Amino acid sequence: MAKKPISLTVDGVSYTDDVEPRTLLVQYLREQLGKTGTLVGCDTTNCGACTVHLDGRSIKSCTMFAVQADGHDVTTIEGVAAADGTLHPMQQAFHECHALQCGFCTPGMIMQAIDVATEHPDADEATVRENLEGNLCRCTGYQNIVKAVQAGAREMAGGTSGDTEAGAA
Amino acid sequence: MTVTEIGSPRRRKEDQRLITGRSRYTDNMVLPGMLHLAMVRSPFAHARITNLDTSAAVAAPGVVSVLSGADIADLCGTLPNAWPITPDQKSPHHPSIAVDHVAFAGEIVAVVVARSKTAAQDAADLVDVDYDELPVVLDLEEAEKDEVLAHPDLGTNKSAFWVFDSGEAGTGGNVEEAISAASADDQILIERTYYQQRLIPAFMEPRSTVVDPTGEQTTMWSATQVPHILRLMLALTLGIPESKVRVIAPDVGGGFGGKLQVTPEEVITMIVARRTGKPCKYTETRSESLMAAHHGRGQVQRLSLSATRDGQVTGLKVQLLADMGAYLGLVTSGVPILGAFMFPAIYKIPAYRFECTNLFTNKAWTDAYRGAGRPEATFAIERLMDDLAAELDMDPIELRRKNWIAHEEFPFTTVCGLEYDSGNYEAATARALELFGYDELRAEQKRRRDEGNPVQLGIGVSTFTEMCGLAPSRVLGSLDYGAGGWEYAQVRMLPTGHVEVVTGASAHGQGHETAWSQIVADRLGVPFENVEVLHGDTAIAQKGLDTYGSRSLAVGGMAVVAAADKVIAKAKVIAAHMLEAAEDDLEFAEGKFTVRGTDQGVALGDISLATFAAHNLPDGIEPSLDSDATFDPDNFSFPHGTHLAAMEVDTDTGQVTLRKYVCVDDIGNVVNPLIVEGQVHGGLAQGIAQALFEEAVHDDSGTLVTGSFVDYLVPSAADLPSFITDRTETASTTNVLGVKGVGEAGTIASTPAIVNGVIDAVRHLGVDDILMPCSPSRVWAALQGADKGRGAEAAAPTVNSPEVADRDVASTGAVQTGTDEGAAQ
Ligand code: FES
Ligand code: FES
Repeated sequence: MAKKPISLTVDGVSYTDDVEPRTLLVQYLREQLGKTGTLVGCDTTNCGACTVHLDGRSIKSCTMFAVQADGHDVTTIEGVAAADGTLHPMQQAFHECHALQCGFCTPGMIMQAIDVATEHPDADEATVRENLEGNLCRCTGYQNIVKAVQAGAREMAGGTSGDTEAGAA
Repeated sequence: MTVTEIGSPRRRKEDQRLITGRSRYTDNMVLPGMLHLAMVRSPFAHARITNLDTSAAVAAPGVVSVLSGADIADLCGTLPNAWPITPDQKSPHHPSIAVDHVAFAGEIVAVVVARSKTAAQDAADLVDVDYDELPVVLDLEEAEKDEVLAHPDLGTNKSAFWVFDSGEAGTGGNVEEAISAASADDQILIERTYYQQRLIPAFMEPRSTVVDPTGEQTTMWSATQVPHILRLMLALTLGIPESKVRVIAPDVGGGFGGKLQVTPEEVITMIVARRTGKPCKYTETRSESLMAAHHGRGQVQRLSLSATRDGQVTGLKVQLLADMGAYLGLVTSGVPILGAFMFPAIYKIPAYRFECTNLFTNKAWTDAYRGAGRPEATFAIERLMDDLAAELDMDPIELRRKNWIAHEEFPFTTVCGLEYDSGNYEAATARALELFGYDELRAEQKRRRDEGNPVQLGIGVSTFTEMCGLAPSRVLGSLDYGAGGWEYAQVRMLPTGHVEVVTGASAHGQGHETAWSQIVADRLGVPFENVEVLHGDTAIAQKGLDTYGSRSLAVGGMAVVAAADKVIAKAKVIAAHMLEAAEDDLEFAEGKFTVRGTDQGVALGDISLATFAAHNLPDGIEPSLDSDATFDPDNFSFPHGTHLAAMEVDTDTGQVTLRKYVCVDDIGNVVNPLIVEGQVHGGLAQGIAQALFEEAVHDDSGTLVTGSFVDYLVPSAADLPSFITDRTETASTTNVLGVKGVGEAGTIASTPAIVNGVIDAVRHLGVDDILMPCSPSRVWAALQGADKGRGAEAAAPTVNSPEVADRDVASTGAVQTGTDEGAAQ
């Protein structure tokens, strides 16, 4: 299959690569860039393990071709902490609230959580739950994830950086 | 010793890598020259393979080889079943790649090996297989008749028949006498048939295996709960010396029993890697995972409970049909046996008989799924107790109180001969009732009934206990399990005073790294941060029996304690030498040996450094403080709890809403309350999902209909409320930590609590059973049936499954009380 050239930014670094048109964005991230922090849990766009940000909004990277990301800015879980390693408030909140067990849903969950918090800084429990509907977790029963999203959102709203992509800057 | 760490809600050590994307899941592994595998799977549930042509696939670009079952038949042996529950248990030959007969849809018939994953997957479509379809048997009650056989060669669908009878065992009375007495003396006999639907563990990380055959040892990374068992079984199955195999379970994305297996995919990847001499990787898709990773549950429960008119239970008889699926996996056959001793639960039941028929069907094989046998047992007894309470017009809590073991009666030997060491059912129940607002909700329920409100309220009650902390090796041996139940640990003192703890219990989300650090920090008096926990690699943790059955803390944690105590004992000898004091004069506290009554002392870290230098050790003392220990408990541990669910049922639409859920569990002493709470939440979600959402549904040709997350309804955050959880603490007397195990607790009690709640909401309308999952259409259909009487045709099936459709009709509606109607299923 003829490969197509793409140029994009991932976690603050510019890449130019040739990809097969059928390559999914998540495959490109994992297999070509080694961004294995982003995970794959299904083949039907249900689980959300692959969630990343495209130009600052959450998307499921298994539901988009790499060629569609051409010219865009992608942030993965590996790019949300600050350059000095300081965790993003949402990462910190997941840790503090014990919002993960096996951790497999976690990268996608945190990326989605940042998006939810940006949209709804004061989200109540019901809003958080609704907005996490596309991200499945088998371990936690969601209770602590919901708590973490609310805590992280508060922290993000009160924090110094208005930019959700703290690490990409 | 001042205890500071145990009991504190430490944030987890394992989080850092997982929240930043520095995870090490198996599929993340890339090795030089690595080849990729794709499986060709049978689309038919039962067929003979008449021809298999690999030529087009072999010729495809990037393909290195294509192997069929015949190609590896001499190598692959038969996949292991470690629990032959009877001497004459029947088990079909189970090659990793089928040779000429497939017995479930999804069974592997060939493997394609290629330079890339996409090349392998593309070529898999080119493997041409001809099948002659055979008749399928899918339903347990059909399988029992032996008319259609899942494996014609076996001549029967029955794998084994297993019995426990308290009369015969001398642990209780004769249940037939109790039952006939109940019929004769105008006592009560409740007869029921309940169905445990098939579930899919649905761990979030699809299974993945990487095998590196370069070097002297073949190394396998696998998304497994059981690296040690896997290594042993690979050696036995493939005839490779165990010493030449190293298995690593890196970060593993959940298991819930679903990764307690030796899989065909692992064996195939091993064989292909050794054959090609190249590292090989196989990662399943979610559809493959749902179709071919083992399923759980799948039982028909025929039950008889006898009681006096004042609510004293006099006997319990259980007859199970248990769905093995097409093959016997690692512990498939033993899962119902893990439930056998749990049907009497927390109650003083004088006579008990348990019979189980293990049956083959043409579906993916079943095996352990969170709780493994014990949720099924708890469901049965807790629903029976509610039905009995309804029959007696008695409060369900009152009935349970009348029958449960009172706290002053512990230790208590049950009708199964198990000795429950500790418990306080009164305390847990009292706390649960208080948190729930039981009386207020009962009042609201009455109000809604009286006013004929379309939204009815039900209160679901369930208690539970489970035998966990698997397990005393002797007991497992007496049940014909192939291995023991001990666990191993090693504590290594580094020259810097830091500590490495090796555990044979391999975690996959349970937080061992944190909890074990807390235990060791307290025991040795070293900072929590200075403890590193190592696990999941057979070259590092050279012994172990891994993680399942809520055993890690009660067994593995105890091994850690024992190893740490040995370190202290060894250090004491050297400390005495360093302090020029008698050992008897030393005391150890907060990481320091001091000479009693003086301020003279030496810290463990200094002893560690002195031992490393070894310049001045007492004569005959080895220069090492490192110690290991293997702990084998004398008894199981028995956590318990009381769960209450407030269920709203919209009688117009069948919509069921979980309004409030309270659980109070007693899991003994707690090392880390945060981790415990997380385990309970997750367990509740899975148990509730069985009651309301999940079911592995097959069409009448045996194809899995719920073959993706579109159809298999793992609940999302939007489907669940927050839970109110609390604990009572009655220390286990089985181990010095006083712990009992928590991994399965939430799953066990929540399913019956929810279903009891749904039934309680509509029982007065004539409905006393609804099949799980209690979907709106099933609830609605049951309510329609209630209007029209038993077996009404109004009970439309909710899913496209003939066996389920039949059952929906049968279980709909009318009141199923007394002795005469239970057999009508
Ligand atoms: S992997 Fe993208 S939604 Fe599941
Ligand atoms: S933490 Fe395991 S799936 Fe969410």
